[in-house]
Amino acid sequence: MEPKADLSKAYIPSVDVVAREIEGELIIVPIVAGIGDIEDELYALNDPGKAIWEKLDGKNTLKDIIEELSLEFESPKSQIEEDVTGLVDELLKRKMLVEV
Amino acid sequence: MKKPSYYRILKPEEKGLWKKRAPLLTYLDMELTERCNNDCIHCYINLPANDKNAKAKELPPEKIKAILEEAVSLGCLKVRFTGGEPLLREDFEELYIFARKLGLKVIIFTNATLISPRLTEIFSRIPPHEKIEVTVYGMKKRSYEKTTRVPGSFEAAWRGIRLLQEKKVPFVAKGALLPTNKDEIKEVESWASGIPWMDHSFPYSQFFNFRCRRDSDKKNRLIKSLRLPPEEGLKILTRNESEFIMEMKEFCSKFMSPAGRKLFSCGAGNGRGCVDAYGYFSPCILLKSPETNYCLDKGSLKDALTVFFPKIREMRAKNRDYLARCARCFLRGLCSQCPARSWMENGELDTPAEYLCQIAHAKARYLNLLMTGEKAWEVKGWKERLHNFVYTGSPLS
Repeated sequence: MEPKADLSKAYIPSVDVVAREIEGELIIVPIVAGIGDIEDELYALNDPGKAIWEKLDGKNTLKDIIEELSLEFESPKSQIEEDVTGLVDELLKRKMLVEV
Repeated sequence: MKKPSYYRILKPEEKGLWKKRAPLLTYLDMELTERCNNDCIHCYINLPANDKNAKAKELPPEKIKAILEEAVSLGCLKVRFTGGEPLLREDFEELYIFARKLGLKVIIFTNATLISPRLTEIFSRIPPHEKIEVTVYGMKKRSYEKTTRVPGSFEAAWRGIRLLQEKKVPFVAKGALLPTNKDEIKEVESWASGIPWMDHSFPYSQFFNFRCRRDSDKKNRLIKSLRLPPEEGLKILTRNESEFIMEMKEFCSKFMSPAGRKLFSCGAGNGRGCVDAYGYFSPCILLKSPETNYCLDKGSLKDALTVFFPKIREMRAKNRDYLARCARCFLRGLCSQCPARSWMENGELDTPAEYLCQIAHAKARYLNLLMTGEKAWEVKGWKERLHNFVYTGSPLS
């Protein structure tokens, strides 16, 4: 069963990926095989994605992150929660993120 | 279901991630060593694998890592590890993993003789994200080793190739067309067509360069003897005529007028360059003239890219012969003449390379861009011929 985002947990980028900033996007580059859906694909996070990624430091839970982002951005909390859990689900599925 | 707005997936075929602002460095060549465990008859760079002097002068791993880190900080996305034979370096594995952990895609040029089970396992676990390029010198032991002049190199190379195939590590193959292997064209093409990752026909180098460091008259005489006469080489180039014509149209469309006095009309030094085995950074992998090489002991990649290379790119030809011929010639898209090759052939950056001129003229006659006996730099109506060739396919009509 695919791992799913848990609001009570903290997550951190996998050591098997590298993040590089290119023209305002954060490109997630897999280092090892088996990361991502298809070999050679790269993942580009735009501003909302970057903001979420930068808070995934292994110390704050997703609930904490949603709280912080709701203070920083004007979007409703429900929208932020949807974005955060959506992105974390995608990154967990591709093994780009690990639970601490 | 709502489409996520915070990420997108970039496909392998997306050509370059930089769209708005080109970074200072997009691509870096690194010759990890000029030594090679083969001794190919046609090679323009190789030194013996056990050359202690050369080995002692090679960049240590910490310097290579520092260069890679700076390259990444300048926006570089891709590095090519080549040589000589890059796998000859005992620290190759360390350097490769380091480059990958920086997020760089790594192209590897190799003869495959040193591909080991351990290395294949690493390539499988930590993919280079670019196809490894393997040069194949013959399909039989006799032809292969007549080229490489190293007993046992045939078995070693094919063992390496089999390891890559077994572990499904993507690679492509290419060759060098020599008297020692030219009877095997059909056989090698048939084999290459079965490589899952080959998305083009088997490419050959055939109009061999002289020694890039001008370090051996004896080797240059051998290379000269191996060079096919232009018309004969053309027969090989045009064995797939439609592919050849399409390629020539594409080259010509990029160079629709003579170069004039400007020496560097290619991309050399423009967002790219080559660090040689000893820490000199040059605008192009072929360019080894001392005046165009920047010593990285004295400055950084950035210094070279922002100050030194722009000066090189502004260089103008002075040689009278060059000004009378190359500067006025409309066959730029067909001709391999460039400062690097000029230096290899003649020791100057702006001297016509006769062999390359003959090849370009042979191609032009084949494509009906020139009539027999015409010299391209004397043609008055070249604009129309070039335009017709690129856009209608009937240059001399």
